Amino acid sequence: MPQTKKSWWWIALALVLVGAATLGHHAQPARAQSPRVSVEFWHGLAMPLGGILEKIATDFNESQTQYQVHATFKGSYPETMVAAIAAFRAGNAPHIVQMFEVGTATMMSARGAIKPVHELMRESGVAFDPAAYLPSVAGYYSLPDGRMMAMPFNSSTTIMFYNKDAFKKAGLDPNKPPQTWADLRAAAQKIRAANATACGFTTAWPTWAQFEQFSAIHNVPLATKANGLGGLDTELKINSPLHVRHVQTLMDMQKEGSFKYGGRDAAADALFPSGECAIIHASSGLRARIAREAKFEWGAAMLPYYPGTPDAPKNSIIGGAAFWVMTSPTRKPEEYKAVAEFFRFISRPEVVAKWHTDTGFLPVTFAGYERVKASGFYQQNPGTDIPFLQMTRTAPTENSKGLRLGNMPEIRSIIQEELEKAFQGQQSAQQALDNAVQRGNTVLRNFERANRS
Amino acid sequence: MQRRVVFDGKVLPYLLVAPQLLVTIVFFFWPAGQAVYQSFLLQDAFGLRQNFVWFDNFRVVLTDPLYRGAAARTLFFTLAVTVLSMAPALLLAVMADKRIRGVTAYKTLLIWPYAVAPAVAAVLWLFIFHPSIGVLGQAVRKLGVAWDYKLNGPQAMFLVVLAASWKQVSYNFLFFLAGLQSIQKPVIEAAAIDGAGPARRFWSIIFPLLSPTTFFLLVVNIVYAFFETFGTIHALTQGGPGKATETLIYKVYVDGVINLDLGGSSAQSVILMIIVITLTAVQFRYVERRVHY
Repeated sequence: MPQTKKSWWWIALALVLVGAATLGHHAQPARAQSPRVSVEFWHGLAMPLGGILEKIATDFNESQTQYQVHATFKGSYPETMVAAIAAFRAGNAPHIVQMFEVGTATMMSARGAIKPVHELMRESGVAFDPAAYLPSVAGYYSLPDGRMMAMPFNSSTTIMFYNKDAFKKAGLDPNKPPQTWADLRAAAQKIRAANATACGFTTAWPTWAQFEQFSAIHNVPLATKANGLGGLDTELKINSPLHVRHVQTLMDMQKEGSFKYGGRDAAADALFPSGECAIIHASSGLRARIAREAKFEWGAAMLPYYPGTPDAPKNSIIGGAAFWVMTSPTRKPEEYKAVAEFFRFISRPEVVAKWHTDTGFLPVTFAGYERVKASGFYQQNPGTDIPFLQMTRTAPTENSKGLRLGNMPEIRSIIQEELEKAFQGQQSAQQALDNAVQRGNTVLRNFERANRS
Repeated sequence: MQRRVVFDGKVLPYLLVAPQLLVTIVFFFWPAGQAVYQSFLLQDAFGLRQNFVWFDNFRVVLTDPLYRGAAARTLFFTLAVTVLSMAPALLLAVMADKRIRGVTAYKTLLIWPYAVAPAVAAVLWLFIFHPSIGVLGQAVRKLGVAWDYKLNGPQAMFLVVLAASWKQVSYNFLFFLAGLQSIQKPVIEAAAIDGAGPARRFWSIIFPLLSPTTFFLLVVNIVYAFFETFGTIHALTQGGPGKATETLIYKVYVDGVINLDLGGSSAQSVILMIIVITLTAVQFRYVERRVHY
């Protein structure tokens, strides 16, 4: 019976395949059999920052034997956010996700999808003191009553970097960076007149630097309800006379050739280390790249302000990302405990200090800052304490605590689009900001509508 | 008289089409159904709260002046890409169809760009046209032209049209060449003997005989410009400056993935789906009749 013989062969083959598959399954699970509780951690930092972050997870795994954190790179911040949301919808969200600051409102409104950090720490019995964190960092991720919702980690702020060689060439004092917008404009004009660099001034993150930080420093609201911290029914206020004046300044500078618009988000970053622009407003996290790439002497300084405004300069606010704990139908208490232990680890002064000195992000705790200060790092690397000093120079007001606007990524794009139209000469500063307010408020109302419980 | 082949049995035919059906169901009907369902919902990003809002999302989308702007832009973009990718392809195909030395090498080289991924192609164009690092961009600026597609809408549009068309020229070239080679040579030779010049031969004989290919490519290119240029736009301009290069398909991405407005984004993709179904139906129903086969 040749037919039967043939089928026997097939069955044998099938058995071999099944056996191999089972073996494959058994070959892996050193992990599953070990008593360690496994924690999935998704982050959005590319190399080299991502490597430094993953090293912290490795250090944590080696520091104890109960928990195992698996750090995975999931693409840029927006991509990580989308991946986490999709995973949550499919019922298998990661334990921890790194979320950029503009996703804060979205995460906070997602009750049921997230586990607030204050709750996590209380239930896991891990000691936790919100006062250990810088107020402007903790405030950004806390409810109005002070309960912390996310774990701060890589916070940055906007500062000014300037090209000292270009300053010298233009006859400016390289140790006196501009303090006001008038100074900055004059310096940029001189640099262009002397042709020290191809462009005088540029800004990365146009919305973050020129609106969010700008409003905080000048103590004017970006939006009502304490920039959205007080509720979902917030409205943009960026068409105030001061904001219009500022956009007009940028438009005038662009027309006279002392300012160059370098593109959206971080696109302008490249213009400074390449030596094309002599002054840039950028994330303090850009320092590592400048140190590596710039072939000229450079310095760091605080952001400029308009002296006529009564309260300026106030403290700046943060950007960057924080860690959020996500829920899932299958989550067990010991997994939350593992997350809490990991959070305790990353808040240790030596971990905070090392992250700060390695990357240029802020030290998020006072203890971390003191540790770096005591080590003499700031003396050896002048300017590295500028972000910290700028962030803490005054007590945060209602306008400089941070912001919490729903669908903030979309609002950032809207402001950038309207700015681009203004820089092309298609509309005035007032029109640009009126349009941005109107379009932004529509976004805020949609968010409010979708998140009404 | 036509002879029809009829299969016996009921199971076998279904089994034979099952794989194709399965692929269509999993990769088209299921997601399309999801999109239609989502387009009636108002949802937060995590899907924790949802309301059935009937046609609210469609009303919002269709009354949005920004959406209409994107629609007009898409029409212009599609027209430009279709013309710019088909006309040079036809010219190149006619040239390559002649008996010249090294024709195989030309043909191979002309087909290469098609193998380049859209995003990679866009980055190549970026290195040519970028105002500060691009070779041509710098040269043009030195000549005194204020070239900066990051801040100039028409320039940005020009660039994405160019990059999107360039990639498609190879594809069109390939089909035009195959179309040309399938035209019977005696027909053309007869015309030549009757005294028709090259131009006359092209317009009176070759072009009409090529019309099935042209028609097919027209549909394919319109669909390409509508749906497959996302990678090019994403890598070059991200829809900017302002909204100068935001086409309908790019807006679906921005609203759905970046702005997390799933309902609005789904409504837009349902509208796109309707547009394309109508477009294809109309073309096959009416235009195809006039095509000379």
